[in-house]
Amino acid sequence: MHIMEGYLPAEHAAGWFIASAPFVIAGAIRLKRIVHDRPQAKMTLAAAGAFTFVLSALKMPSVTGSCSHPTGTGLGAVVFGPAVMAVLGTIVLLFQALLLAHGGLTTLGANVFSMAIAGPWVSYGVWRLVKGMGAPVGLAVFLAAALGDLATYCVTSVQLALAYPDPASGIIGGVLKFGGIFAISQVPLAVAEGLLTVVVMNALSGRAGMADEIQVLSGEVK
Amino acid sequence: MAANRSLLLVAAAAAIMAAPFVLGIEGEFKGNDDRASEAIAEARPGYEPWFQPLWKPPSGEVETMLFAVQSALGAGLLGYIIGRRRSSAPRDVTRR
Repeated sequence: MHIMEGYLPAEHAAGWFIASAPFVIAGAIRLKRIVHDRPQAKMTLAAAGAFTFVLSALKMPSVTGSCSHPTGTGLGAVVFGPAVMAVLGTIVLLFQALLLAHGGLTTLGANVFSMAIAGPWVSYGVWRLVKGMGAPVGLAVFLAAALGDLATYCVTSVQLALAYPDPASGIIGGVLKFGGIFAISQVPLAVAEGLLTVVVMNALSGRAGMADEIQVLSGEVK
Repeated sequence: MAANRSLLLVAAAAAIMAAPFVLGIEGEFKGNDDRASEAIAEARPGYEPWFQPLWKPPSGEVETMLFAVQSALGAGLLGYIIGRRRSSAPRDVTRR
């Protein structure tokens, strides 16, 4: 669930655009280099975009009695690093803002920052950390996708709290209030996203559990 | 083995989706964005969004259709790529 059209004050909206722009530009450069250096990775790039398309269209019920949707950005972040997801995520967010009135153009910068930048960077960090500790690929992918999903909605909560601090308890109160809406209900969805990411990763690579599973997908190993 | 594991994982994800209803959780199951706009209306009574979407799906049905199109496009492409990778995998081995 992205921040709705027109719901961020203009200066906040502009600030998030400025914060997101360098990441999207860097992502586009990275994307171009990957396609140039490893043409065999094109298919996996398309798959990473397609996975985000599917998951961000699935509004799922949560045990909190509300609905939200996962992000699907963890898969691409694990395979290609977080930079390219800034571009792929922006495409998905534009589609939803223009055709579905979901999210918005004025809030695009903020939504790109949460879903296409913060989420993928957390996913990538978790992936490197957990993999570095010697965990199996599947577990590392699961945690990366689930925590990246959760991080996206924590950032959304902070973004709204900055714009709408609680009248009594300020920004901290706002974070707790919006976190109660976005982050808590996201927990089961994040677990589901983690599970589905492992399944799709395995299906794509056909090498479930093997150490070079991810390198095969990224085109670094044939 | 791998296929069995995938089936189990998908079943677990489905169980998470079904949990709110199996457990009989009360709630309207509205979108979190609607709940957020209600929270904003409480914090700032009378707040009006300063920009409206350029185009809105004219009805819930059309909106559902477009969300379904979004996931169908993604799932279709994903399935095509998985199929292609699978069918080309043996060739890659022999080429080595």
